Amino acid sequence: MRIEADTDVCIGAGQCVLTDPTVFDQHDDGIVMLITKHPEGGAAHRAREAVELCPSGALSLIEEPGDS
Amino acid sequence: MTETASTTTPGISSTTTSGPASGEVTDAEFPLERGCPFSTPTEYEQIREHSPLAKVRLTTGREAWWIAGHELGRAVLADRRFSSDRRRDNFPFVSTDPETRKQLQDQPTSMIGMDGAEHAQARRALMGEFTVRRMAGLRPRIQQIVDQHIDEMLSSDQRTADLVEALSLPVPSLVICELLGVPYADHDFFQARSGPLIRHTTPTEVRLRIQKELNTYLGALIDRKVTDPTDDLLSRQIAKHHAAGTFDRTSLVSMAFLLLIAGHETTANMISLGVVGLLQHPDQLAMIKEDPEKTPPAVEELLRYFTIADTVTARVATEDVQLGDTTINAGDGVVISGLAADHDPTVFTDPDRLDLERGARHHVAFGFGPHQCIGQTLARMELQIVFDTLFRRIPTLRLAAPLDDIPFKSDAFVYGAERLPVAW
Ligand code: HEM
Ligand code: SF4
Repeated sequence: MRIEADTDVCIGAGQCVLTDPTVFDQHDDGIVMLITKHPEGGAAHRAREAVELCPSGALSLIEEPGDS
Repeated sequence: MTETASTTTPGISSTTTSGPASGEVTDAEFPLERGCPFSTPTEYEQIREHSPLAKVRLTTGREAWWIAGHELGRAVLADRRFSSDRRRDNFPFVSTDPETRKQLQDQPTSMIGMDGAEHAQARRALMGEFTVRRMAGLRPRIQQIVDQHIDEMLSSDQRTADLVEALSLPVPSLVICELLGVPYADHDFFQARSGPLIRHTTPTEVRLRIQKELNTYLGALIDRKVTDPTDDLLSRQIAKHHAAGTFDRTSLVSMAFLLLIAGHETTANMISLGVVGLLQHPDQLAMIKEDPEKTPPAVEELLRYFTIADTVTARVATEDVQLGDTTINAGDGVVISGLAADHDPTVFTDPDRLDLERGARHHVAFGFGPHQCIGQTLARMELQIVFDTLFRRIPTLRLAAPLDDIPFKSDAFVYGAERLPVAW
């Protein structure tokens, strides 16, 4: 799976960073920054949770061929 | 994300019907009083089982849609066809008195009442001040503030205190001082006013006077930081707006005032209620005393359980919106009840049980959608530090009055305790 972040939509609440700081970070202006687009294992699980939690709809998940 | 087609409205099963008389299921007047902190109004359940939305009568005499389901609530809060502009007719709970309405209409709106691009611009200008990283930098100072207040409690011979006065009110007030960059010498001035400002027992004329004094103070503070910038939110905002050519003293004062109002009473009430919740569940409290790693999920659960800003998340429909079988007409007021959403049994198993290990973060205690609380990371950190420190340093803390005798605020929009007698 792959994560996409729409930086035009992000409202900088930081829910994603709180969920997994190894996948998500914030620029100094508060806008989301992906550390990796392809989290694996536990990080993948938490990234899914972050997509659910994101209040602005800035995060999306794309399932890719070969995903199990 | 913003358009919700009638057939796919989240949170409404296609078989649900809205029932007769545009879904009126109760003749109670809203907002309803909470009997005690450990119960939610039964009407919420009625509405949820019914639709999960219903037209209800408000105490102002108007009507509004009350949304009691979690999924539908989140969908509406994320839907830009609903406006946050409190100056609109029919905005729930805003006074119908023409004089008050005029005053409101004449005031500049702050971020919380803006919509769309205007809101995005205001929020983006401030967002960088609340990043997870920046908030973590405040941690040592918050710890110090909390420790000082607990020192003071412990230095009294009486071994009793009103926790609201001793801890709940001063801590968030001083944290906002820190954030804005209010100099140490002015802390007493600031605190002497911000406490009474948010207390509902303070007479309106006193509150208005204090509001004016604080606005004057904040204006002067901004002037000082224009000439003599320091390392704080206000100075950075001034520099940013100067660089962009958007500096406007009035809107900066109103932003600072919004932060004070939005971040003070909410956090204070969560401190008091959190302590009540923890003390009433001693076995669960023992768990977090033993392992501070358990405090963050416990804070989430306390936020969900009490959802103190139940009705702050109100909106007005700007066009006709179809939610399942129900049509919300343009101009209708809508209240997305956070407390009802956070006790929705389809989302939280056994929702009326306080379970500190639940750790669910998809509650709406901080709202949802573009207005979701900008101060949430700060609030979480304050609460974690307070609960950890308070119960570590005063392990014998207990309520000094039966629960029934504690004055919980029944009239307030933000639920909390007026006083909280504790002993150790
Ligand atoms: C436990 C404490 C808190 C709770 C329960 C809380 C709750 C909320 C809720 C429900 C909203 C959404 C309102 C809406 O959708 O119309 C909100 C927005 C907001 N909160 Fe908080 N809040 C808390 C602490 C804070 C703190 C500490 C600050 C800042 C110092 C703060 C500043 C704000 C601001 C500025 C907004 C408006 C954001 C916007 O419109 O984009 N809050 N809060
Ligand atoms: S949770 Fe969503 S809105 Fe918040 S910072 Fe992350 S991407 Fe942005």
